[in-house]
This record gives sequence, structure tokens and C-alpha cells, in this order.
Amino acid sequence: MTGVLAMTEEDQMDRFMERIEAGEKIEADDWMPEEYRITLIKLISMHGISEIMGALPEKEWVPKAPSLRRKLGIMAKVQDEMGHGQLLLRVAEDLLKPYGKNRGDIMQDLFNEDLKFHNVFHMETKTWADAGLIGWLVDGAAIITQTDMLKASYGPYARALQRICAEEVFHAQHGEAIIMALAEGTEEQKALIQEALNRWWEALLMFFGPASKSTTGSTKQDATIKYKIRTKTNEDFRQMFFDRYIPRILSLGLTVPDPTLHYDEAEKVWKYAQPDWTEFKKIIRNEGPRSQERLNLRRHSYEHNAWVRDALAAVVN
Amino acid sequence: MSNVENGMSKAYKNAVTALLFQLADDELLYAFRASEWLGLAPHIEEDVASSSIAQDSMGHAVMYYKLLEDLGVGSEDDLAHLRPANERKNSILTERVNGEGYYMETPQYDWAYHVVRSYFYTQAKKAKVDSLCQSSYEPLVEAAMKIRMELYYHRLHWETWFKQLLSSTDVAKEKMQQAIELVMEDFGDMFSFGKDKQAIEENNLLCQEEALKASWKASIAPVFAKLQIEVPEIPETPHLNGRNGEHTKDLESALATLSEVYRIDPAAGW
Repeated sequence: MTGVLAMTEEDQMDRFMERIEAGEKIEADDWMPEEYRITLIKLISMHGISEIMGALPEKEWVPKAPSLRRKLGIMAKVQDEMGHGQLLLRVAEDLLKPYGKNRGDIMQDLFNEDLKFHNVFHMETKTWADAGLIGWLVDGAAIITQTDMLKASYGPYARALQRICAEEVFHAQHGEAIIMALAEGTEEQKALIQEALNRWWEALLMFFGPASKSTTGSTKQDATIKYKIRTKTNEDFRQMFFDRYIPRILSLGLTVPDPTLHYDEAEKVWKYAQPDWTEFKKIIRNEGPRSQERLNLRRHSYEHNAWVRDALAAVVN
Repeated sequence: MSNVENGMSKAYKNAVTALLFQLADDELLYAFRASEWLGLAPHIEEDVASSSIAQDSMGHAVMYYKLLEDLGVGSEDDLAHLRPANERKNSILTERVNGEGYYMETPQYDWAYHVVRSYFYTQAKKAKVDSLCQSSYEPLVEAAMKIRMELYYHRLHWETWFKQLLSSTDVAKEKMQQAIELVMEDFGDMFSFGKDKQAIEENNLLCQEEALKASWKASIAPVFAKLQIEVPEIPETPHLNGRNGEHTKDLESALATLSEVYRIDPAAGW
């Protein structure tokens, strides 16, 4: 009888890929190839840290929310995002164990700019309509990509996503309610949403990442598809986003700020003007409109509160 | 003109209104300051937990403003967003900034101050809410019953922080002691009813100021005894009395922020 310990790395790899192909869930303590582990660490720590960094642009509107009910709604929404961050970082921490790393290291990687946060959270918010649009369309976009990973081969991530996606649906509804109120409001309020859409359009296209490596030199989509972490490509997601949201955007009387956008009946795809991928490359180098400000805020609050974490550690010890 | 409306004398209604403004404004400002911490708490779990408390407090503010709306005083959002600083009845402690800097930039918020303010305020709220459960005004009794259930967890949370930070490193102890001093300087109007004292007390809306103070002291005394520190004295006379509309500049900046969007068009739906 050949025990797992006696198996060669090649055998283990074959067995692992069989499990992946059979749709089995891989758990934290299971053997996994280094490439799989590293792909997951990158994906999940980036996802987790993006939830946390993503709280910052919306948080700007929490104290300013324009009614008591909206204040309650957006506080709950931003809190959920922090909760998602917590959930995901715990999943990432388990994967990091063999390397002797923990959450502190993830934070340091963010501060050193080795770990990046999602490109959409580098953008500036200017009005209350941005807070609504983030909930409606950014969370809407996130639902599309995350729903695809609900069946991810890595069990702990798939389970975390079950809960996250359920909450994201509420977020999209929260955002849509803000947008609907503005759309039914005064001319000034309507103008706020159009301006927000114009401001966020390119960021929404970039949200899904480049269609292929040739655009920016690298994309993580190949390994994630090979290991059945996700099934669809960046472009598939972008097309799904158009399918779902273009009709809704138009029905609110808004104009998409891309005159070339149209559905090609013959090819069955949406044709659109490419966003500025040079700008995208800058954003993912943390050179976006608010990249450094948000990083500084996170760095600074982490350092400024170091005494609290030290004090808690002293109590535990 | 009748002095009885909805079976309520005008004097009684005025007393209820005065008290509701004090309660509602306290909660709004406390929740506002707590919400500025969102995303910036010392660790992620705490961010989630204290955000929950901030939401509950905002929810309590909504309950009190709604009771004012029901009395025909004005719409809840107008009352929360549009009244100028000199008409606000919150205690000075609730309006104080969290530390140096604006929340939109890179603020230097003081976690020790947040813990002490939250712990002392929550215990004061508990003293009031317990008494409100016996109020002569039935809608307030109902609100207080609901609030009391959530308050249990808030007290537990802040008491844990208070005890832990005061039994830890020298740095933490020193920061906490400084925070206690700062918080107590502003505690003089916490249990004050201001110029409405007689009306509120005589109508049995809430127990007397002195009874509230005693209840607060009794609730924190065991924790202080365990930590071997003295229960701080509540200032006899407040340096400013928020219950009479006296406030610091901190309130003006808070109001400007929390009403910035609403003021664009208070008549519009948001």
C-alpha cells in the first residue's frame, strides 16, 4: 500500500489535479502544489485587503449621508465590507501558515506596496452620488466576478464567498436605492448621477481587468482557470456586466459616456471603447488618483494605533 | 386656545420635547463621532464591533427624533440636520472631536479617548434608560425597553476595553489616565437637564439629576475598585452646559459635515 507520505511529488500533483477535475473541494490542511497555494494567497489576500481599502472611499460619505436612514444604511454597508475583509484575511492567514506569516505580514505587504488593492478603490469620490454608484455598480460588478467563484476549488474561499455574495446583493440594493432616489429627484440630483457615471465609467470597465496579457503584460486569469478557482475570463465578466447594467443605466435616463458602445447582434457581444490601459497600469502601481492618500491613511492609522495592539498583546501574555 | 393637545397639557408636551431633544442630540453626536472611526479602528475585528455600536446609537437617535416628529415638532431629518448649534441640547462630551485632524485627511484619533468616552457615556446612558423604563411618557418607555436590550452588549464591550487598557502597558495606562481626565472635564452637563430640570423632574419623565449621578457612580465603582483607581468626581458646575444650547466649536464642524449633503436641498428626497 502506498501512503500519501510515500507518494512522489508528481503522484501528488496528479492526484491533486484529479481532485480538481472531479470538482472536489480542497481544504486548508490538504496537500496542494505551491503554485496553487501562491495563486490563492495572492488572490485572497488581495481580495481581503481590497475589502478593507474599499471601505475608505465609501467611509468618506458615512458622516455626510443625507438622512438618518441613509446614515444607518451606509454605516451598515461599510461595516459589512470590513467584515468581509476580516473573513477573507482569515482564509489567507491559514494559507500563509507554512511560510510562518500572519495578518501583520499582510498589512506590511500592503504598506510596502508588494500587495496591491483593487484598482477601483484608487478612485476619488466627489459627491453623494458616488457613494450610491459604488454600491450599485461597483458592488454589482463584484457580484458578477465573485458569484463565478462560489464553486471555487478551494473550500474555505468558496464558503466565505457564499456569505459575502449574499451581503453584496443587499449592498447593490442599497446603492440602487440611493441612485433611484436621486433619479426621481430634482434636476440637480439627476445631474449628480450622470456626473458620477461619467467619472466612474472607465474605472468600471477596468474593474474586470484587461482582456488578455497583451494589454498590460500580465494577468492572473490563466492559473485561476486551470485550478478551477474561477471559470470565466475578464472579458466574459465585462460582457455580463454590460448585459445586466446597460439596460438599467439607460432606463434611468442616463447616458453612457461612450458613444461607440453598442451590442453587435452578429457577434453577440458588446462593442465599447477601451479604457485607458496606461492609466490602469499606473493605478496598479499605486499611482492612481487616490492611491497614496488611501495607503497613507491606512498606514498612518495602523502605526498610530500600534500602542493599542501592543497593550492587548501584553494583556494576553 | 386649549392647553391640552392629544390629552397632553402644553407644559407636559414642552417637558417631553425638551427631554427628547437632549436624548436624541446626544445619540446623534455620539454616533457621528463613532462613525468617524470607521475603517480606522486598531484592528479589523474592532472596526466591525464598534461600527455595530455606532449604528445602534444612530438607530436610537432615530427613535428619539421620530418621537419628536410624532409630537409635531418637525420632520426627523430636519430636526437632526438643520437645527443650528445654539439650539442643540447634546452634552459637550458627545460633540468633542476624536482627536486632531479632519476625518477626510489623515486624522490622529485617540483610541484611549474613544474607549473612555464610550464607556462613561454608555454607563450614563444606561442610568437614563433604566429610569426611562419608568417614565410617565409611554412612548419613551417603549423606546427605552428596546434600547436597554442593545445597551447590555455596548457596556460589556467598552468595559472590556476599559479594563484591558488600564491593566496593560505603562503607555496604555498613561493614555487612559489622560483620557479619563479629558472626559471628566466635559462630564458636568452629562446628567444636567439644564433650564428644563424642573419640568422634566416634576413630570416624572426621568428621575432626578442626582439620582442619575448616583446610579452612574454605582455602576462603574466595582470596575474602578478592581483596577484600584478612584472613581472620578463629576464637576459640580459644567464649564459649558450643552442642555442650554452652549457648545464648543467642535459641534459646529460636526453639524457642517453631517448636514452637508442634506442642506443642498432639504425639500428633496434623498
